[in-house]
Amino acid sequence: MAQTVNSIPCAALIIGGSAGSLDVLLEIFPNLKKDLGFPIVLVIHRKASNESLLTDLLQSRTTLKVGEAEEKELLTAGKVFIAPADYHTLIEDDCSISLDYSEKVNYSRPSIDVTFQSAAEVFKEKLVCILLSGSNADGVEGLKSVNNYGGKVVIQNPNTAIMPYMPQQAVLGVKPNVVLDSYDMADFINNLNN
Amino acid sequence: MIGDAIDNYQVELLLNDVLETHGYDFLEYSHASIKRRITRLYALDNFVSFAEFRYTIKSDKQYFKRFLEEITVNVTEMFRDPSFYKALRNDVLPVLGTYPFIRIWVAGCSTGEEAYSLAIVLKELNLLNKSLIYATDINPSVLEKAKKGMFPLNYLKQYSENYLQSGGLKDFSTYYTANYSLAKFDETLNSKMIFSTHNLVSDHSFNEFQLILCRNVLIYFDKELQHKVFNLFDGSIEKLGYLALGSKESLEFWPKAKEYKRVKMEKIWRKL
Repeated sequence: MAQTVNSIPCAALIIGGSAGSLDVLLEIFPNLKKDLGFPIVLVIHRKASNESLLTDLLQSRTTLKVGEAEEKELLTAGKVFIAPADYHTLIEDDCSISLDYSEKVNYSRPSIDVTFQSAAEVFKEKLVCILLSGSNADGVEGLKSVNNYGGKVVIQNPNTAIMPYMPQQAVLGVKPNVVLDSYDMADFINNLNN
Repeated sequence: MIGDAIDNYQVELLLNDVLETHGYDFLEYSHASIKRRITRLYALDNFVSFAEFRYTIKSDKQYFKRFLEEITVNVTEMFRDPSFYKALRNDVLPVLGTYPFIRIWVAGCSTGEEAYSLAIVLKELNLLNKSLIYATDINPSVLEKAKKGMFPLNYLKQYSENYLQSGGLKDFSTYYTANYSLAKFDETLNSKMIFSTHNLVSDHSFNEFQLILCRNVLIYFDKELQHKVFNLFDGSIEKLGYLALGSKESLEFWPKAKEYKRVKMEKIWRKL
């Protein structure tokens, strides 16, 4: 796909979601192009059991390589890193991953806030964060950090979310750069450029 | 709370102060995570400036205790990852049971939940009498809690579920007595525990063990420090002894890893 002059610079894309976000991911993933120039990190609230279920499910829908984020693993372009259940996922200055078993944030571990905040400091204006459907307010504080560091804040249109509370809180609390319907997200991601 | 208040340079200043003044070395800890904890504490305690925060940590011994407690992660639970305890119960401890005496080191024991879980399994296998559990942590105040063997009653529902999933056979409530909001664990369990401070960064080996448990401590260290600690453990495990790590930790990239054999699916390795 041709790059437009206005396309958004992206060194890393972080997607956060909770209840109702899986449907969106399953809609996005089959339509992503396979040579994305940046890594994607997914922080999705889920139970600690059934570890590989989400990985397998997404891997079956995309040509991108999907795996659970491993401790000290380096973020590499074109790969999808899933924050492991029951650990927070942080990004280091050298683009490696640190896992963290500290207190839950917003009753959640992994917490979307934690990953958004730490990525915001590392990637600054070259970070793009997308917040999807969910029924708590995790992610909102994180998006404020992303905003402060000049990154791009993208929020799912609450009207298209199965659980609109989370994107609604984000729209109220943070000035989004873009509000997207779920069916426009794959195109949006494909047009980000490193 | 936003992670904007303290920058990388300030984190480094602070950690250097802590090393010079108090002798605790956090310089090889994973940066993102320790920075998050420092920023969190700074916001939590409402400091008006970084300078004041820094000065208090340097000069106020009482506050430094709090710093230490908050900066190190002390989140743990009993029978964490039940399948791990199932493997200890079925595959590891029966083998150690053939020894005349079992020495176990729980490194980074925090408030003691894993040491007590281990003692319960040993007791059910009739091995507690000939076992000794050395429970150590960098942080003296969590050890004080661990010694007491009292855990908040509202966690016990989760713990007893974990216990059952791990292959526990009894009614979990036979191990504690409820006292208002706390559950006090049976004193036969901690009669076989020795609590002591130990700093994995700077302290040496202090004994030889058949089993070392160190779960969710190494994730906070950088690769180099991880390898140093693996070497420390290597020097503290008897031949054919076991090393048990957290579910996201691995020996894989450590040069001596080939001298260890993984036990089934769990993060347990046996020294060859």
